[in-house]
Amino acid sequence: MDQMRHSPRTYWSEARAGLRDIAPAAIAAIPIGLLFGAVAVAKGMSPAEVGLMSLLVFAGGAQFAAIETWIHPAPILTLAFATFLINARHILMGASLSPKLALSRSQEFVALFFLTDETWALSERRALDRPVTGAYWGVMGVVLFFNWTITTFLGAVLGSFLGDPARLGADFAFTALFIGLIAGFGRGRVMLVAVAVSAAVAALVYRYIGAPWHVASGALAGIAAAYLAAGEKSQSREKSQS
Amino acid sequence: MNVDPTTLLAILAMAVATYVTRIAGLFVADRLVLSGRAQAAFNAIPPAVLVAVIAPTALTTGWAEAIATLITALVATRLPLLATILVGVVSVVLLRAVL
Repeated sequence: MDQMRHSPRTYWSEARAGLRDIAPAAIAAIPIGLLFGAVAVAKGMSPAEVGLMSLLVFAGGAQFAAIETWIHPAPILTLAFATFLINARHILMGASLSPKLALSRSQEFVALFFLTDETWALSERRALDRPVTGAYWGVMGVVLFFNWTITTFLGAVLGSFLGDPARLGADFAFTALFIGLIAGFGRGRVMLVAVAVSAAVAALVYRYIGAPWHVASGALAGIAAAYLAAGEKSQSREKSQS
Repeated sequence: MNVDPTTLLAILAMAVATYVTRIAGLFVADRLVLSGRAQAAFNAIPPAVLVAVIAPTALTTGWAEAIATLITALVATRLPLLATILVGVVSVVLLRAVL
């Protein structure tokens, strides 16, 4: 493995493979990054703040959620909690991926900053028949990182000139984007129950108690609903095994 | 090009929360085995949070937004992300003009 890591030819072919695999995801992320920047500015953030957020957080779903509920001054703990909940999936992704990375422990602490849904999914697929090298992982992570940081900043700068996003229905673009993302998590019975319960609880809490409590209460209700809805299925699976 | 101090703190808090989730897997690798129910609850976290975030806009703003939400949800399972966004935006603009 050390031999493989030090051979420049392998290094370049690994880097090229990473570039090839990440290209479609990077291209698809460009308009989404522009949109994020434009709406963030409309919500009252400065382009510098948008760029800084993308640079340090680098997590699309959590950033979209933060902007959608953005108020001034920013509710720090609420944002941190919502961010942690949305990104909690990274824990499982990192646990599954780290044994497959051909990296030392200290290198992993740097490499996993660049963990995203896309790089994780592509690396898990590659790990089926070979180890995931630092060159492969690094190219994918750095490409998506600069792609996201630059396009969101550019969107913020351009968005300042576009004016009120509600005029073109762009205020609804986030809602539509989220619906698309939610659909990507599956259409199983458990997922539908979780989504319906979360939506209902969040809407009611928003109506009768107010923001920002609807996020945590809706999310927790949806998660609890998934736990309860999955009960019978996991029991029957146990039964069929015995 | 100003950066508000409270916003900066919020961004830093979000950055720390995100990085913790990214490296936490290193410490639980090979030890994290979730049961069926716990696994289902864990899988439901991202969609449950995302739904809770959009529920006010989607369900409590008005009929145009609620109907556009329904249309978008119906196409979301068949179209790629950008096309889904486009359908949602176009339908909300048309519905706002009609309703």
